[in-house]
Amino acid sequence: MARRREAMERLASRAVQIGFLLALLASWYAATNFWGVNHLLLPNPVAVFHQLVDVLKTGQFLPDLRVTATEFAAAFVLAMTSGMLVGCFVSRSRYWVAVFEPLFAGIYSIPIILLLPLYVLFFGLGPASKIALGTTISFFPVVLSTIAGFGHVDRTLVTAARSMGASDYQLFRYVLVPAALPVILTGLRIGFTVALLAILGSETIASLAGLGHHIVQLAESMEMARMFAYIAFVVAITVLLNGLVSHLEARGRRHE
Amino acid sequence: MSTGEVAIRIRSVGHQFGEAGEARHVRALADTSLDIVRGELLCLIGPSGCGKSTLLNVIGGLLAPTSGTVEVAGKPVHGPMPHDIAYIFQENALLPWNTVDENVRLGMLFQGVPKAEHAARAQRSLEAVGLAEFADHYPAQLSGGMRQRAALARALSLQTGILLMDEPFGALDEQTRMILGEDLSVLLARTEKTIVFVTHSLGEAAFLADRVAVFSARPGTVKKIIRIDEPHPRNPAFVTSEKFTTLRNELYALLHDEIRKAVGSEAPRGRRGANGGAP
Repeated sequence: MARRREAMERLASRAVQIGFLLALLASWYAATNFWGVNHLLLPNPVAVFHQLVDVLKTGQFLPDLRVTATEFAAAFVLAMTSGMLVGCFVSRSRYWVAVFEPLFAGIYSIPIILLLPLYVLFFGLGPASKIALGTTISFFPVVLSTIAGFGHVDRTLVTAARSMGASDYQLFRYVLVPAALPVILTGLRIGFTVALLAILGSETIASLAGLGHHIVQLAESMEMARMFAYIAFVVAITVLLNGLVSHLEARGRRHE
Repeated sequence: MSTGEVAIRIRSVGHQFGEAGEARHVRALADTSLDIVRGELLCLIGPSGCGKSTLLNVIGGLLAPTSGTVEVAGKPVHGPMPHDIAYIFQENALLPWNTVDENVRLGMLFQGVPKAEHAARAQRSLEAVGLAEFADHYPAQLSGGMRQRAALARALSLQTGILLMDEPFGALDEQTRMILGEDLSVLLARTEKTIVFVTHSLGEAAFLADRVAVFSARPGTVKKIIRIDEPHPRNPAFVTSEKFTTLRNELYALLHDEIRKAVGSEAPRGRRGANGGAP
């Protein structure tokens, strides 16, 4: 019974969430059709939908998607490997943790997006500056969660493995990594989200290509309906990706 | 017990945590010497903080003592000796992300048992503790008692001569403790392992041990050794016998003063004030 009530409650809150989004869409429609809001500021949702269908049908988004996806993949892979490697090494000594953990946490709390002008100077307007920014931003959640993960391994497990003769490698592979993994996965999910944010954001600020770049171009040429279609497209992709990553994270921590 | 051969030789072992003068300085163990005979079950019992777990960690090579030496099977202990000694901790020493069977196999992998023997040995040790049907369960799916059985199975699969148990049933309820104690007694009669068992429970010590080493308050050392001549496996009826009651009372009398001493040093100030500061 309790389980059924829980399911009902979940269904009810889902209904409210969907209802909220529908209400938003309806008021958007009403605003543009009946309340006289300027179509140059807010295009009609039906027009946006037609544009979206056109964008998808013509495959016009492909070159920009390719640029953005490449930048994002490069940034995330770089941040993931460097963050986990640095985190691993720092975790090897309590002293290094005491030195670097507050340092990384401090840098993470400043708005790293401010480095973008510098990176554009260093690396130019192309993908390199976007990759650099994405990597910098998502490095910190990864490295911090790696340090936190290795820092909170149950000492009894380590002692028990040592007493049975586990080598350094075995201890790492069978005890430390699985113990730290749930926390590291959370860091990877956050790193994933902020990397995507950084890539798209920096594309809208200073770039030559990519989905963010294209959205700004459409805004500048006043093609509002098409711009909204692109935004909807990007939102759909990020929702899908974030859902996928959350699912992977949940699978990784299923034994907790 | 029959041969009288010494399995663990403890000579003037003392241990302190921190340096003298530091706030965290504690003299846990003072000048303890003890011979543990092959095949016996020796219980270490004493007030909290008397250093009995410290001594166990020293024997197991998990802690280097500040003074003194320990020899296991004639070899001085300088670190873990996985081929001679298996350890059972109070709780939570199973890897939660591995099944019971995987936990047992990992123990053997760490110890260096050839892969080909893993399956059979895991199966046998799980059967010995009555957990064969739960081989594919995760620790979180088991009760506290079953988790300790799994930990025992892992230790048995390592086929060491010595088993060190640090309050293994300490986190369990009274009934579960009793049953596990009985099973351990049966197991012990079969395997002839040397077991050093740290416990808080007088009844557990009296029921399980061939000898009980009673520790004094901190810094702890062996105050008295009591021999319990009762063959393993011990009958549950032993608990209700007069012999058991006498033993338990004797242990209680020995411990009582030491526990008073240990608790007295931590007694709340208000209590002393109420007595007008009189000693």
